[in-house]
Amino acid sequence: MTDIAAPIRPASGASALYRHARYVIGENPVTGLAFGLFVLIFIAALVGPWIVPYSPLASDTSETLKAPSLHHLFGTDQLGRDIFSRVVVATQLDFCIAIFSVVLVFLMGGLAGVAAGYFGGWTDQVVGRIADTVMAFPLFVLAMGIVAALGNTVQNIVLATAIINFPLYARVARAEANVRRESGFVEAARLSGNREWRILFFHILPNVFPILVVQMSLTMGYAILNAAGLSFIGLGVRPPTPEWGIMVAEGAANIISGEWWIAFFPGAALMIAVFCFNLLGDGLRDIVDPRRRT
Amino acid sequence: MLGTIAKRTMTVIPTLIGVIVVTFLLTRVLPGDPAVYFAGPAATPQSIADIRKSLGLDKPLPEQFVVYVNDLAHGNLGNSLATGQPVMTEIESRLPASAELTLFGLIISMVIAIPLGILAAVKQGSWIDHTCRVVATAGVSLPVFFTGLLLVYVFYFLLGWAPAPLGRLDVFYTAPPQVTGFYLIDSLIAGDFEVFRAALAQLILPGLTLAIFSLAPIARMTRASMLAVLASDYVRTARASGLSAYRVIVTYAFRNAMLPVITTLGMVFSFLLGANVLVEKVFAWPGIGSFAVEALIASDYAPVQGFVLTMAVMYVALNLLIDILYGIVDPRVRLEA
Repeated sequence: MTDIAAPIRPASGASALYRHARYVIGENPVTGLAFGLFVLIFIAALVGPWIVPYSPLASDTSETLKAPSLHHLFGTDQLGRDIFSRVVVATQLDFCIAIFSVVLVFLMGGLAGVAAGYFGGWTDQVVGRIADTVMAFPLFVLAMGIVAALGNTVQNIVLATAIINFPLYARVARAEANVRRESGFVEAARLSGNREWRILFFHILPNVFPILVVQMSLTMGYAILNAAGLSFIGLGVRPPTPEWGIMVAEGAANIISGEWWIAFFPGAALMIAVFCFNLLGDGLRDIVDPRRRT
Repeated sequence: MLGTIAKRTMTVIPTLIGVIVVTFLLTRVLPGDPAVYFAGPAATPQSIADIRKSLGLDKPLPEQFVVYVNDLAHGNLGNSLATGQPVMTEIESRLPASAELTLFGLIISMVIAIPLGILAAVKQGSWIDHTCRVVATAGVSLPVFFTGLLLVYVFYFLLGWAPAPLGRLDVFYTAPPQVTGFYLIDSLIAGDFEVFRAALAQLILPGLTLAIFSLAPIARMTRASMLAVLASDYVRTARASGLSAYRVIVTYAFRNAMLPVITTLGMVFSFLLGANVLVEKVFAWPGIGSFAVEALIASDYAPVQGFVLTMAVMYVALNLLIDILYGIVDPRVRLEA
């Protein structure tokens, strides 16, 4: 065959997606960088506790408030704990909080939104009302109220983070389901005798799914920020558990006496993680939904 | 015009009802019995029952709700356990501090973000455009408490330019006589420039922290909306008529481009009011955010509930204000409404 014919041949789904992904990453190297960072964060979350040089909880009274050195890469805190070890081990908890809250909001908001968009009528009214009520609060303030009422635990931080993101998911899912409810493949499914719920789950949802996945990666960064903010003001995670937000809070008092490293490294880790998820979300959106590219 | 405003104001009512129901439910329906909590560890079943009765918790839920709404209508948000003071007085006395900080942050943010967004759109693809994109992405990625601490370290510890991050005014100064509750304005009214300078010095770092956080959505929206406007027919006509570039951009494009930006302010306020809590904690700012945080740590529910409700009502009011403002700026919206 000729070389000229090859590029025109329409590729099958998977390889086309791969090629498109490679094109997008080649176009925007920042996405590649973000993906590399994501892999690093993922590895730290997976094996962090087993690869760190010190125990994240072990204090050493002879080594308190030491500046970063070869011995302690990120220095030590008031109790002589190794900050590098604590930052790496904390990845797991922060990552899990973000993942669980995003999956939870996908289940709540995504499904409610798809149902609202597909069925319309009173389902749409109820979901819309709930979303409007959540949106009437400044979101971080609502999260504080929810955690205060439900109890000061990590599970409730996950739940609160999911609830404040509910309107975002419900709206995206509703809009996407709504434009598809009268489309050809849905009509065909209906004519072949599928029940409404079956159409919703097996015909509409798979089509809306990629867009919701993009939404999930876009909200990951916000979820981490929100959870860290809550633990910074003393909600959810309790000391001495290593977690980025609470570690920044522990080092806050030392900033004005010049021991910057206690708050700096967990804060920087937090910032890099959020930056990485935001960039990755943008990159993923370019692949799945090129129209919304900015 | 007044009719439109009245109509728009009516639409706020269902939202407010939703807000009040949610804040009520937050403490009543959820697990954990407040009566047991108030009775303390040495409580007998009898004393718990008594307290439940005195708090009105033995009544059915709808009745409790009526009592709650009635209390709200009389400006009663309950008493703080820690101080014994009515929550309402505490919030009233602390609100100006938070409002001054939030508005100051918003002003800095707009002063930086709007010109940045305009320049990025006018010189699309230039280094200003790239700077705008990097600043916007970095701004939303920075945890607001972390930015605050970094600024304190650089400007207080290293450079010594800023005063210690401890509240609204250095201990050497006395607060100006209260007129508006905003120290910057009150000190000017009193003609005390020394206090004005001191209050401004305390305000700059927390204000800047809030500004960095809220910059991104404003800059992005300004850029996007300027780009759309600059590509429009009337801008082309204005250019073709030989108007100066300055005139085209400022008079023709900028005014129209500001409309979507005003709408974005609603989202920005949601960000700002939330971030305010964190910034107040970092800078020991005596506002309603730090009041709520102290109450949260002590499991003192009435102040938290009062705080959430106050913030939500303010947010709803701000959104209403933005909508009305939009109608005033854009006559087309008025006609449609």
